[in-house]
Amino acid sequence: MAETGDLHRTALYDLHVGLGAKMVPFAGYDMPVQYPMGVMKEHLHCRAEAGLFDVSHMGQVILRGPSYEAIAHAFETLVPMDVLGLGEGRQRYGLFTNAVGGIEDDLMFANRSDHLFVVVNAACKEADITRMKAALEPQIVVEVIKDRALIALQGPAAETALSRLNPAAADMKFMDVATLELQGVDCWVSRSGYTGEDGYEISVPEAAAQSLSEALLAMEEVAPIGLGARDSLRLEAGLCLYGNDIDAQSDPGAAGLTWAIQKVRRAGGDRAGGFPGSDHILKVLSEGASRKRVGLLPEGRAPMRAGTQIFASEGADTPIGAVTSGGFGPSVNGPVAMGYVTADLASEGTQLFGEVRNKRMPLKVAKLPFIPANFKR
Amino acid sequence: MKFTEEHEWLREEDGLIVVGITEHAAEQLGDVVFVELPETDTEVSKDDEVCVIESVKAASDILAPIDGEIVEVNEALVDEPGKVNEDPLGDAWFFKMKAADASQMDDMMDEAAYKDFIG
Repeated sequence: MAETGDLHRTALYDLHVGLGAKMVPFAGYDMPVQYPMGVMKEHLHCRAEAGLFDVSHMGQVILRGPSYEAIAHAFETLVPMDVLGLGEGRQRYGLFTNAVGGIEDDLMFANRSDHLFVVVNAACKEADITRMKAALEPQIVVEVIKDRALIALQGPAAETALSRLNPAAADMKFMDVATLELQGVDCWVSRSGYTGEDGYEISVPEAAAQSLSEALLAMEEVAPIGLGARDSLRLEAGLCLYGNDIDAQSDPGAAGLTWAIQKVRRAGGDRAGGFPGSDHILKVLSEGASRKRVGLLPEGRAPMRAGTQIFASEGADTPIGAVTSGGFGPSVNGPVAMGYVTADLASEGTQLFGEVRNKRMPLKVAKLPFIPANFKR
Repeated sequence: MKFTEEHEWLREEDGLIVVGITEHAAEQLGDVVFVELPETDTEVSKDDEVCVIESVKAASDILAPIDGEIVEVNEALVDEPGKVNEDPLGDAWFFKMKAADASQMDDMMDEAAYKDFIG
């Protein structure tokens, strides 16, 4: 492949290759899509025990300023979230919105006392950094972290595994963040992830990343998991993939992400609005969206993949929506999908049809997530 | 056994041609999760799309390797698509054909040539 030479490698590249991973280009990085275990077994292993993921391609950014309050006020001009009210040592899911009320990226941000730690998607990170610098500097310093890897340890046995390296890991609750010493190195750890399972995301200095990963992989519970299973895990968990399920045209109301917009930023709140596209987004919040992101459960065995057109009946001419993510859910043991449909057809149990290979196949609007979340609250 | 550039194998058995996909193809596809088989008693032409096979990664087609009639399909694959990964050259055959002109197989690769083909 011509572009191989231009692909970035994470600090764990040699480890992936040594483990026999199949490497593929993803967001400009050469990443493991699967290991010899295969997507299906990797997925099931993560739900049953624990999986280790290299997510170093994601962007890690620190925002510094005169005080947390100053950083929070500034950051709230970019996201419709309550940043100021986020407790020290806590993390929250967020969205960068745009002037027309669409979503530029989704992210995690954490109050780390004197700074805000932000993790953004790989494919969007350059744009996100540019956006933050343009809006926040010089009052706030946007520090791009380039010397740390990011690994995720996910699954019901993640706590047992990480606690062997530092027992304090077990004291953390869902969405807590802390600096934990792991193998003598300070790591920035959050109890979170993107699989619907309990687990951790660990920002580790690049020089220590391979040794930490090997120590975790040496544990009986832990297996390496590639991007293939990461995608099926997050789909079963009902979580959005930026670029598929949300993009610059989808507003948070339609995307079913209103839970992520705290009251204080909504109409009538103390700090209502003041973020890109706030007029449109708050209007949709109060009036309701014309289309909605929903779970979709095909009734047959055939997967319905992204792009599948959805119809209200077998004979209808015009689609009422489309699948944005879809495939086989190993834990569901059947096809699962999510997509957008018009609001009047978005209630659970509604019978619709997806067009696969020119055939209309029945599906039902289903509750998300497909697999109950297993977080340690 | 003969092999096609589409990574199918053909084996003669009791006057019929049994068709499946190669180990290499199964490995490239990844875990197979869905198989749609053709109707029996249908006439097909070489390169017609006759089966759909979906893995955790993507959908692909199986083409008729020769002209002829589909006379039997392996229904077991519908309930257990994972067989395609477990035993692609044996249990996981897809369909049996009555060849219209068996000489269409003459130019196909033998095992050694197929091994060279996939490198």
